[in-house]
Amino acid sequence: MNDFMFTRATDTTSALKLISETPDHGANAARFLAGGTNLIDLMREGIEQPQSLVDITPLPLSEIRELPGGGVRVGAMVRNSHLAAHPLIRQKYPLLSQAILMGASAQLRNMATTGGNLMQRTRCYYFYDVAAACNKRAPGSGCDAVDGFNRIHAILGASPQCIATHPSDMCVALTALDGIVNISGPSGERQIAAAEFHRLPGGTPEIDTNLKLGELITSVDLPASTAGLASAYRKVRDRASYAFALVSVAAALKIEEGEIREIRLALGGVAHKPWRASVAEELLRGKEPTPENFAMAAAAELAPAKPLKHNAFKIELAKRTIALVLSELSGDKGTAQ
Amino acid sequence: MSVKKKIVETAAHVMQDRDRDRLINQHRYIGQPIDRLDGRIKVTGAARFSAEYPIEGLMFAALAYSTISKGVIESIDTEEAERAPGVIKVITHLNARAMKVPKPLSTEGKPSAGVTDAKILNTDQITWNGQPIAVVVADTEERAEYAATLIKVKYAAKPGMNSFEAAIPSATKPKEVLGEDPEVRKGDPDAVFISATHRVDLKFTTPPHNHNAIEPHATIAIWDGDDKVTLYDTSQFTAGAANSIADIFGLKEENVRVISPFVGGGFGGKGGIWPYNQLTVLAARMTGRPVRIALTRAGVFRIVGGRTPSQQRVAIAADDSGKISAFIHEGVTAQSTNNNFPEQFSFPPRHLYAIPAYRIGQVVCDVNRIANTFMRAPGESIGTFAVESAMDAMAYELHMDPIEFRMRNEPEKDPVSGNEFSSRHMREAYRMGAEKFGWRSGPQAIRSQRNGDWLIGQGVATGTYPMYRMTSAARVRISADGTALVQSSAQEMGMGTETAQTQHAAERLGLPMEKVRFEYGDSSLPWAGVAGGSSQTVSIALAVQQASEKLLAELLALAQKEPTSVLKGAKVNEVIMANEGISRKGQPSIGESYAVILKRAGKDHVASEQKTGAAIETMKYSMHSFAAQFCEVRVHELTGEIRINRWLGSFDTGRILNPKTAVSQFRGGIIMGIGMAMTEETMFDDRTGRIMNATLAEYHLPVQADVPHIDVMYTDIPDPQTPMGAHGIGEIGITGVAAAISNAVFHATGKRITALPITLDKVL
Repeated sequence: MNDFMFTRATDTTSALKLISETPDHGANAARFLAGGTNLIDLMREGIEQPQSLVDITPLPLSEIRELPGGGVRVGAMVRNSHLAAHPLIRQKYPLLSQAILMGASAQLRNMATTGGNLMQRTRCYYFYDVAAACNKRAPGSGCDAVDGFNRIHAILGASPQCIATHPSDMCVALTALDGIVNISGPSGERQIAAAEFHRLPGGTPEIDTNLKLGELITSVDLPASTAGLASAYRKVRDRASYAFALVSVAAALKIEEGEIREIRLALGGVAHKPWRASVAEELLRGKEPTPENFAMAAAAELAPAKPLKHNAFKIELAKRTIALVLSELSGDKGTAQ
Repeated sequence: MSVKKKIVETAAHVMQDRDRDRLINQHRYIGQPIDRLDGRIKVTGAARFSAEYPIEGLMFAALAYSTISKGVIESIDTEEAERAPGVIKVITHLNARAMKVPKPLSTEGKPSAGVTDAKILNTDQITWNGQPIAVVVADTEERAEYAATLIKVKYAAKPGMNSFEAAIPSATKPKEVLGEDPEVRKGDPDAVFISATHRVDLKFTTPPHNHNAIEPHATIAIWDGDDKVTLYDTSQFTAGAANSIADIFGLKEENVRVISPFVGGGFGGKGGIWPYNQLTVLAARMTGRPVRIALTRAGVFRIVGGRTPSQQRVAIAADDSGKISAFIHEGVTAQSTNNNFPEQFSFPPRHLYAIPAYRIGQVVCDVNRIANTFMRAPGESIGTFAVESAMDAMAYELHMDPIEFRMRNEPEKDPVSGNEFSSRHMREAYRMGAEKFGWRSGPQAIRSQRNGDWLIGQGVATGTYPMYRMTSAARVRISADGTALVQSSAQEMGMGTETAQTQHAAERLGLPMEKVRFEYGDSSLPWAGVAGGSSQTVSIALAVQQASEKLLAELLALAQKEPTSVLKGAKVNEVIMANEGISRKGQPSIGESYAVILKRAGKDHVASEQKTGAAIETMKYSMHSFAAQFCEVRVHELTGEIRINRWLGSFDTGRILNPKTAVSQFRGGIIMGIGMAMTEETMFDDRTGRIMNATLAEYHLPVQADVPHIDVMYTDIPDPQTPMGAHGIGEIGITGVAAAISNAVFHATGKRITALPITLDKVL
């Protein structure tokens, strides 16, 4: 790990001020340090070499509270374990609790924060090895994953420059639940929809999110509109715990009079960002919740999927898992585990 | 087989057996579920592991590793690293002192622990991706690690043989495989196979695996002058490590001391000298400071060898009655260009079934990778996967119960050597296991059980591992205060060495356990063999037994100097060690205590050090442990997820010395087998020869949630040819596990998975 400057902020204003005062920009620009579960790893591997860290753990952003109108606001510093266990979340957004608890390990969830989870970087063997070519780590150097080990890589939205996948479970649930990310920055406050927070790689895979330099996530809002929907998070992975998703599905449904009235569907493990399955949603809205409809919608969502050498199975797996989760949610089946 | 070995084997058959160990029938300590003596200090953190010794003035070294698999270092620029804060020395091939290559691992004669003949740092030639190219010594570990990243290297790269598959056409038959013939054959198995009624012919692949003990490898080296060095070193073989370090640095053997009482898991990965040991010693020598190297997890992947990949073929022919008529097991493994270790995957079928015609053999090819090495049940773990999967397939082909099929082919004598088995109770292990597991006998029907979307299946497989005994030495001292001290350079790496040896010595010497102390983990003690091959416990026990016999004679003579002694006139074969002293056989009340005998003779203590001879008994008898592994899996019909519902291992491993530690060891082996079957795979990128998942996040070991309840049972029938009737049990647990799982997956789904690991994409 390189030497770096370490400062500690006490509130949002001081955090923004401290980060704006650091001299470095670009790849080695200052970073906010929250739980550190991803950033410190990356620094130890020499992948991220920030010249300074601004510790934001003292910031008063650890609150979870109900918003007027029925939504919930989650502070950026709320730890993942706390968030998953919170009664408001368990009552209104059990999907989010489920997703978080299927991620990482208990120790990591105790450290990891809501904002930090949003900021975790994509996963790829070649990104994590400084000896390999990686456009994300060293723009323009090439991508060793394309012709290398790519069983865990993207089937949707990848580019020739990058095929990495976003590893978060929490973010898949936030995407499905229409979460809103609240941001403070040098030019004031703004909001980004969770579904728009992360980027597809395109020609600039080094940029994972739409957060701008010097901006800070302060909280995440969950809207009233997705509260209380029947929901489920299904994570398919190589081992029963502490493994990233090969494919995960976050789904929320409302069925009335034999018809799908509301549907929210997002996929994890398939793309550079949590993948909102809007094609499938569109096809299912207003339709009967039948296995045939679910299979048809899943197939349509996955139609643009492109397999790599080792991950073709993910396409079929994603289709099946979507259909499985939706069937279970609509009461057709009862054996999620 | 060498002529010399042939002669010894022939001689072995006319030699008399050792007297059956009288401890076989004793139960005071042996066979009791005694708590680990080191349990408390381990769970409280008081037990020190190699990296944890507080040494005044300790410096920390980090390694830089090559990023190509083959080529030449054209230039190496260390300027920036040398200027980095805290750095006191940077060592590369340009300034490293000359070191010799240590002799290959051996426990016979003078022990040695070489596992690769690669020159470490004394060369500009690169032969594997991950080879150490520089050592940076600094005042903190973090500074050393950072400075190591500042070293700039230019290589003239050459195309390496990075791919196992690409190397296979160049495979050759090795001269020998662990001293055995690389191939054995009888009759014309191919002709029998072609005309047989029932045939199974399957190809299997197993991937490379790496060692991931909980304690990453670490060494602290402290020089005393320029001819004497002490190492705190995580080692499964202190005696071998000490002698090899002496070899490498041209030191007298008595001037190298390796201290390693506690090892945080070895499994074969700490049996040899890997580059870090000697680089620590080198760095300490060149800086004049005590130095520590504690490898990072990635470092362990780069410079400590693991398990070879393999491709195997098993072809079995059988008649309608389920008798095997021909058996073919052949295949190939990889070794590196820097070692000679064809992993013995072809051993299991040499001893498992009555096979009238067979061809069993293996070839090996060279790749540009870190030297492969022993990893828990080398050979037997991957060999039983292939053999026992094929046996299962044949049971289905025959419409026969898989256990019944195996029992119909239970051999009377070793099918290859023709030797008698010293102890083989396979039938009993299967009978007990099947009953407790609730095995539904008869032909098995695929896809016959389900719970919702989950398909359920049961699988069974045989495990086997040889009973090895290695030359070992031990010293036993009995003092006038009535206590005993037993010493051997052996190591404790989690299996309960101190506990088992103290139990044994107390039983042997007729002392309460509280009066016996076992001292270990230090090469300055009498040399034990490597804690490998599941051999340590009985190997040391025999040395202790022989030392005790000497002491019995000596103490008897001392006692009989006293005219009034109740032992007067007794011959040495008429007395035993019991009741804290010597008693007449069959008359335990007639005797004298050690304390009385020694005090009366005016002696502080008596002591004897004995070194055992080679294991002649394993040449005369076919000596093996056996297991019947049972499991139940569930496979999700839509997602392909595979989870294990329950496990039962039924073992035939001679007498069990301590049910508590033994059951732990069996369970540990089974869990490691679950990893091998389901999740573990080292990903060598064929383009670069580089390991791409050198981290626990991506190299998947099983987690708690992957491990079901594991039942363990054992026949507990003593082997008359071994000390205490016991076998080593470190490795048997993993054998047969992968096959049992694959067989259960077949039962559940009808899909025969022949390539490990059994991941969900293979059953989708």
